[in-house]
Amino acid sequence: MSDTIIEAHNLTVLYGRKPALWNVDFELPKKKVIGIMGPNGSGKSTLLKSIMGVVEPTSGFTKIYNQELDQVRDRVSYVPQRQEIDWDFPASVWDIVSMGRFQKRGLFKKLTGEDKDIITDSLQKVNMLGYAKRQISQLSGGQQQRVFLARAIAQQGDLFLMDEPFAGVDIATEEMIISLLKDMKDAGKTLVIVHHDLHTAQSYFDHLVLLNTRLIACGPTNEVFTDQILTDTYGGRLTTISKISQELENKEFPIRHK
Amino acid sequence: MQFWENITTFFSAENYTLFVVSLGSGILCFAAGVVGTFTYLRKRALIGDVISHSVLPGVAIAFMLTGVKNPIYFLTGAIISGLLSIWIVDFVQAKSKLKPDTILALTLSVFFGVGIVLLTRIQHSGVAAQSGLDSFLFGQAASMGIFDVKLFSAIAVINIICITVFLRGFSLVSFDEHYAKGLGFNISILKSFLALITVITVAIGVQAVGVVLMAALLITPAAGARFLTNSIPKMLAFAGLFGFLSGLIGVFISYSGTGMPTGPWIVVVLSIFALIAILFGKKKGVFARMRLRKSNNVKINNENVLKDIYKLADKGNNTISVQDLIEKEKHSLSKLKSTLNRLEATDYIDQVRGLVILSDKGRIAAREVIRKHRLWEIYLSKYFQLDEDHLHDDAEGIEHVITPEIEKELIKLLDRPKTDPHQSEIPY
Repeated sequence: MSDTIIEAHNLTVLYGRKPALWNVDFELPKKKVIGIMGPNGSGKSTLLKSIMGVVEPTSGFTKIYNQELDQVRDRVSYVPQRQEIDWDFPASVWDIVSMGRFQKRGLFKKLTGEDKDIITDSLQKVNMLGYAKRQISQLSGGQQQRVFLARAIAQQGDLFLMDEPFAGVDIATEEMIISLLKDMKDAGKTLVIVHHDLHTAQSYFDHLVLLNTRLIACGPTNEVFTDQILTDTYGGRLTTISKISQELENKEFPIRHK
Repeated sequence: MQFWENITTFFSAENYTLFVVSLGSGILCFAAGVVGTFTYLRKRALIGDVISHSVLPGVAIAFMLTGVKNPIYFLTGAIISGLLSIWIVDFVQAKSKLKPDTILALTLSVFFGVGIVLLTRIQHSGVAAQSGLDSFLFGQAASMGIFDVKLFSAIAVINIICITVFLRGFSLVSFDEHYAKGLGFNISILKSFLALITVITVAIGVQAVGVVLMAALLITPAAGARFLTNSIPKMLAFAGLFGFLSGLIGVFISYSGTGMPTGPWIVVVLSIFALIAILFGKKKGVFARMRLRKSNNVKINNENVLKDIYKLADKGNNTISVQDLIEKEKHSLSKLKSTLNRLEATDYIDQVRGLVILSDKGRIAAREVIRKHRLWEIYLSKYFQLDEDHLHDDAEGIEHVITPEIEKELIKLLDRPKTDPHQSEIPY
């Protein structure tokens, strides 16, 4: 299918012996805003990390543009979860956004004037140009998120994987990100976003992946955002699967191998 | 007088041993401070302690295998067992549920324990050459020779070159490993490389200052440097400088007295440097923060008094006396007078015969404070469902904090309101 941008096939990730993702299988369409949703600990971040190669899958694989990640890495921008970072690191906003150009320039080449223009432009897109010299420790949560977004934009990819970009940000930032996402979609980019707020899901996303360690549903928002599927994702059956993963963890049962 | 004599001898390089020892210590501490900056930035301060204690069994085994006291053999043994300790820490962390601090403490104790057992065995074996092996415990800087200085210089140069070349990679990995991996960089090579130069530095340094104090040479310079700057290259420079000076000064102090140990003095001097940085750092230092608090208090007093004067004048009172102001908000007289004098000196008010008159500049400033106060009250009542009688106290504090940008945002968000929740007009 030429319309597919990400394909996950039988993806399983274990942390120790505890399954974080179990036999997840889906295809995601191009040029859409796609939400990955599910309760806490349902494997949303793990899914993003295994697509990005940050976490090694125990079995199964993911493909991007029907290719291995390494062949298309320069087209993929990753926005990690803001809360996982120590923001008291000695760096300025400019330093962080510059990291977006390191992929292109490698670890040793100096950044060029073109890179600097791209960094400036990315900062402007998130309304943070005035803060370029600011220490990152002085930023608010929303500003930190904008900086991460600018860094991803500076990579100039066409697939964006974002881990909880709306967590703990102010309304103004949330609105800004949303309008930026719309612009990016119109420019032909694909955006995959880990999100936890059910209220905004329908208005933000064209397409949804509902996870609870297993894949519950994947499809256009208007088809999968139903009471039944949401109950399957957030309530009811989830206790069974979490009991099973507890058993696996505690009792050393053999699980799937590669 | 004794002191000056010591100083002259020290710098005249007449005393060759002293010259060698101080130069050697300076260079070693420089090398440790530079590479330790990344240990600090990666929040692996305790790893430094683990490595330095873990080199002990390597040294002992090297001696047992060769039977001679050759620094190269010792170094090789030390590097191997140091690397092994890091590898064990990472491996156990990846494969078990133990918490990181438990793993570090266990690895350190096991390696150190084994090292001590082996050392004791060697000492009891009666081999004549064994004497002096216990200097690895507390170090023996005084016995430093020209070979050691060359060795230290070599590791210092290696550290500088590696860190200059890999500055981008090391910084990236220290800030966010996951992102670095997502960009496609081989972070395990970067991390191993950083670990390797750290272990070599520690293995070399342990002979001079001992396993117990070596960790301090890695971490203390960086901890101090962090308070002086927000840039990694500058942090590296400060940490290296702190290290170098502490090496020199520590040796000098221990030389000035009789029987004073060198390694501990180096660490004491280093700690004093770090303490000074923590106290006097330009932005993050303790005193800088105290100054900031004080200037905030001055700002709050100024703004409160301006506001009071404005409000009295607004009610039609054309002759406002100091007494009126005291009655209005129960200011203390001395504090009020110093505030008024300050306001007069900066042209916000004029004082004529005990009366206080707002200047144009003062009027604008007062209106700004009142505006911020009332905007904040509207914001609170709109978004926080606070009762009307709770609004004022909160706004009294926040009015001084609101920056012009935030004020602009508030006005936009609230759609430029005309009156506050108490129906008072908002002065734009």
